[in-house]
Amino acid sequence: MGLERVFADGPAFVPYVAAGDPSYEESLEYVEALERGGADVIELGLPFSEPIAEGSTIQEAVVRSLEAGMTPDRYFEFVEDLDVDVPLVCMTYYNLVAQYTNDETGERGPRAFAERAAEVGIEGFVVVDLPAEEAGPLREACDEFGLDLVFIIAPTTKGDRLEQMREHVSGYVYVQARLGVTGAREDVSDQTEESLARVADWDVPKAVGFGIKTGEHAERIVAAGADGIIVGSALVDIIAAGADGEYPFTETAQRLESKARELKEGALAGAEKRAATEQSD
Amino acid sequence: MSTDKMFGEYGGQFVPESLMPAIEELTDAYERYVLDNEDGFMDEFRRRLADFGGRPLPLQHAESLSERYDTAVYLKREDLLHGGAHKLNNALGQVLLAKYMGKERIIAETGAGQHGTATAMAAAHLDMPCEIYMGETDIRRQRPNVFRMKINGAEVNPVTTGRGTLKEAISETMRDWATTVENTHYVIGSVVGPAPFPRMVRDFQAVISEEAREQVQEKAGRFPDAVLACAGGGSNTMGTFHHFVDDEGVGLYAVEAGGSSLQVDEVEGVAPNSASLSTGEEGVLHGARTKLLQDSDGQIMESHSVSAGLDYAGVGPELAHLVDEERVEAVNVDDDSALEAFHRLSQDEGIIPALESAHAFGYLEEHHDELGDVVVVNVSGRGDKDLETVLEETEKRDLDVAPDMSVLRDAAGSGGDL
Ligand SMILES: Cc1ncc(COP(=O)(O)O)c(C=O)c1O
Repeated sequence: MGLERVFADGPAFVPYVAAGDPSYEESLEYVEALERGGADVIELGLPFSEPIAEGSTIQEAVVRSLEAGMTPDRYFEFVEDLDVDVPLVCMTYYNLVAQYTNDETGERGPRAFAERAAEVGIEGFVVVDLPAEEAGPLREACDEFGLDLVFIIAPTTKGDRLEQMREHVSGYVYVQARLGVTGAREDVSDQTEESLARVADWDVPKAVGFGIKTGEHAERIVAAGADGIIVGSALVDIIAAGADGEYPFTETAQRLESKARELKEGALAGAEKRAATEQSD
Repeated sequence: MSTDKMFGEYGGQFVPESLMPAIEELTDAYERYVLDNEDGFMDEFRRRLADFGGRPLPLQHAESLSERYDTAVYLKREDLLHGGAHKLNNALGQVLLAKYMGKERIIAETGAGQHGTATAMAAAHLDMPCEIYMGETDIRRQRPNVFRMKINGAEVNPVTTGRGTLKEAISETMRDWATTVENTHYVIGSVVGPAPFPRMVRDFQAVISEEAREQVQEKAGRFPDAVLACAGGGSNTMGTFHHFVDDEGVGLYAVEAGGSSLQVDEVEGVAPNSASLSTGEEGVLHGARTKLLQDSDGQIMESHSVSAGLDYAGVGPELAHLVDEERVEAVNVDDDSALEAFHRLSQDEGIIPALESAHAFGYLEEHHDELGDVVVVNVSGRGDKDLETVLEETEKRDLDVAPDMSVLRDAAGSGGDL
């Protein structure tokens, strides 16, 4: 049973951070703080130099991490060094998958990448610039090594495309709450409910991401039918402020943990609300 | 359909899902309007290229260069296209297509500012709101084009990430498009990006070789032995080559920017050149599998060239394919050679070329005796935009052909205005 299991008993909180931001050691602590705060799955970014789907918050995280020396090999070591029990998903861009080389065999590409990821305990991938059309080789590699391949459904994904993706997806489906790039927002997008409605009858869990910032957002989105919430920029903003010297490193970890708790509790409250309305119907 | 997305193993559609529906819509519009001339799209495009753009453009016999090299040298004068570079062929085609598609807004990236300028002109001509993304480094080194874009009514949005050149500008335009895709068309400036852009941009630029192939037969009475064009993303290159690809005896030379050196600095992630065809490795960037300047992990390198329009870590997938097939030869010349060629063409032929185009002439200077008896060189653009850069870069070097600029210093020294 793959990543679906995480969503089985209640709404899942899925945080995203870039591995190695702002440094290898600090980042290990931050990821562990997210688990303490209630994370159910962690999307751990492997930074790519051209993050075309990212807003400024995550672009800057990528720069910090790369400048601190993050590479794909270091990333896999990072995952090995992490002391967390929740499943990890690797979020990245396709060129790093395509270029990955197994130093022993010389094999290069998706299969080598998936093999190494599975070896360090990663359970799935989100590859931002890999639409279903181009995903064949990675899908095969995921099947061989027992990994999930999560796809993003955009507000613009409709009709035949939606059906195609339904066939390819596994683990959970990432429902992009609004058009555009990543970044924390002040409001919940009106597109969220509509997007959830389009995948309502899919049998994989639905996790909503893009723009979620507060526990209240989390509550509303889960109440609207999401099985999980994905939050990146609102957490990375805390790391960025810490990296800028606004507060010491231990406080950054504490702030991350309490932000995580706020989001997780919001999601739980949303699930209760939903149960209540479903009963009264 | 699926084979159309590829050129051999290059090409494809590696973009975030939010853009895929727009790319499908664009593919459909490309097939209907461009390939099938639905609603007379291509007729209108050609009429506007003639009336607004000034086509057809001459193939000029270059008398001094021909004498210098003892070779018949012909210049395809894309510098005479409205706006001063080949870029309008594509920009006009795409803005018109956006209109046929019912889009309400145009965005584009620009490096040298020539594509931004051409897009701003086409958008003003066709009454479409237009925003251009341009790296800060390029804004500084191509100021005249920033003025032109603003004067044509476009917004110019500076991009501050990375080195602030073309690569970052493309990434930032893709981010805008991911947000506004429902009403906006992204006019990409070269034969790069996800399918169908590389094919479509090539088709709009192919008018260059369609004309040149006829003209050279008229003027020289035969096919050329060699056709030269500079290559950044490769749009003037593919435009100049396209109708010659099946003419086996015609050698096709894509001249890349060798920058200051072909060596790369892996630690710093910097390649002091933009020679992706000559030195790059296969990888995925900005929607396509192609040849890239990247480190061994797959991180994209910062490229460099004295010419902003060639300063890009990728290249069009079709060119990468034609180089692998040994149909196109990938060559390069360095910054110094391009600057010298810039001055030589200005002095000997009275044509001030864009620094991009000057690379093709640098190659002609270095290799004229290997190119045969009849050579066509594409003058992809004119050099007005580059004058400040050229003055600065020339000062730093000791070039035989450079003009004496002391008149400027003397005038400044005596209190006159510069
Ligand atoms: C005059 C001129 N030539 C060439 C280029 C390079 O582009 P491409 O390789 O797509 O023709 C540019 C780009 O800005 C340009 O302005």
